Amino acid sequence: MSLVTETQEQTYHSGEYHGFTAAGVEFLYMVPSGSIFALEGMGKRVLELLAAGALQRQALIDKLLEMGYLLAEVEATLQELTEIDAIDCGAPREETFAVPLQEFPLQRVVLNVTNQCNLACTYCYEYSEDRITQPAGRKKFMSADVAEASVDMLFHESGNRRGIHVTFFGGETLLNFPVMRSTVEYAKRKAAKTGKEIEFSLTTNATLLDEEKIDFLSENRIGVTVSIDGDRELHNSQRVFHDGRGSYDVIVPKIKELLKRHRTNSIGARVTLTAGVSDVRRIYRHLTEEIGFNAAGFSPATANPNRLYAIGPQKMDNVLDQFTELAFEYRDCALQNKQHGFTNVSDTLKELHSGISKAYACGAGLGMLGVGTEGNVGLCHRFVDAPVAQMGHVKQGGIDRKARREFLTTHHIGARYDCHACWARPVCAGGCYHEAFIHHGSTSAANLHYCDWIRGWNDVCLRVYGEIATRNPEFLNRFGEN
Amino acid sequence: MNSVRAINRKAKKVEEIAVAERGDLRALQTVQPKGPGKVYHPMGCTLNFTPGWEVDISGGTAGLCQPIERDLFDCYLGCGWPAQVPDHLNNAPDWTDKCASAVNDWRKVDIVFP
Repeated sequence: MSLVTETQEQTYHSGEYHGFTAAGVEFLYMVPSGSIFALEGMGKRVLELLAAGALQRQALIDKLLEMGYLLAEVEATLQELTEIDAIDCGAPREETFAVPLQEFPLQRVVLNVTNQCNLACTYCYEYSEDRITQPAGRKKFMSADVAEASVDMLFHESGNRRGIHVTFFGGETLLNFPVMRSTVEYAKRKAAKTGKEIEFSLTTNATLLDEEKIDFLSENRIGVTVSIDGDRELHNSQRVFHDGRGSYDVIVPKIKELLKRHRTNSIGARVTLTAGVSDVRRIYRHLTEEIGFNAAGFSPATANPNRLYAIGPQKMDNVLDQFTELAFEYRDCALQNKQHGFTNVSDTLKELHSGISKAYACGAGLGMLGVGTEGNVGLCHRFVDAPVAQMGHVKQGGIDRKARREFLTTHHIGARYDCHACWARPVCAGGCYHEAFIHHGSTSAANLHYCDWIRGWNDVCLRVYGEIATRNPEFLNRFGEN
Repeated sequence: MNSVRAINRKAKKVEEIAVAERGDLRALQTVQPKGPGKVYHPMGCTLNFTPGWEVDISGGTAGLCQPIERDLFDCYLGCGWPAQVPDHLNNAPDWTDKCASAVNDWRKVDIVFP
């Protein structure tokens, strides 16, 4: 059979993409590559024709010629659309299943410097009914020795990677401020010797901040995430001391002092959404306009759906509506080159701009690992000292390569059958392992309870992205140069 | 590309690769065209690493640099091909000083012992 005949008998069908319109332009979000193209000229016609069903090459060409296009144009367009996988004329392709090398360099360790907390938030994943960590009988505070061994592991396992990161976490991180301070100093000395660039961050409930600690954070350029759930009423309904008192009035003056004195790194608010705390716009306004945060991010509490504080599907729909309004507000600011602090949208736009196509839902087990108070290495900070997803010990052989390898093999997007036809998989890849464990009993399950939500949110972000890309493309340079 | 326009960074990479794969074969002396879609695959050299490169991609000698004496300079100066010639940057900077014109003077290039 000649090559010409073969070509003529080819059948074209639509490739895998999610189409969306923004600023009057039609876009394609390609799956699984994560590339974004604007459709122009005949491209639209070809995809419209194939949307109705597959067509033989000659039939497709004839229809386009009838529309008045020239043969040379038609052939060039079919070639281009095939090259970007918007149309396909071959057998279905298998997605490659490339488990990364065992020696994937470590970028970040999260040190749970204590498993103790001076608050008793209802939804806490370390203390609530849904906890998977098992702190009982373990040391309450990480020793300097274990923290330094963790830093040593990070340096050793980071290979050729220059930039590395230590995140301090808890419990309430600042309950173990002395070890945090000595660890920062130790890691900085080590970085100076080895030529690596090290950065630090911490998450705190802000109750223990004082001038000394704030100055330390500022001097060492430590990024800070403050857990806060909104105004007094909303915050105090969830984030309480052990005696039931709300923590709002204790933390707000300290946060204001932090925002005033610490100017060397980002300070963001992190809001946990629960059944009673889901008024996203009200919370966002309060945090940015009344307290003075530049950035605020929101995430629903990970909880079994039967818990009182669990945010149900209806509330989540309402959250999506509010996210959408804030995302459009972000877009309007971006079109005028103004900053907007809704990090859920800026984080997603950054991923869309680079065209990320995730093999794994997050960096846990890959470039990031968590370390518990006694030195046990876990998948991430949510899995330290848990009965599952354990990956070694910082002082006893470091990373358990076999366990890590097994985890990466079973959690690759290629192994998640539930996700294989979803257009949002390049950015979602199945979702949080901890969320999956709580909802579905296994870290390797896809988070099917929020698929519609994720697709809805990514569609909103794509439209915001398309509009910015059309009307103020320079703004996107802040997410990385082209 | 005329029917689609690359928007994000990944799309620009996809486009780059697609255009590069269309490629084009051109002889070494041809002036290389500029602009998208014209990627230059040199025809004059063998495309596999075989020191000596006595034959070109087609198995003959017709596509080699002409005159073939120029291979010496085209490869080690112009092409970046790891030709087996002395290191003219550090150890033997003047090994071709007596060879003003390769076609005429190629016998005069120095012998350099490693």
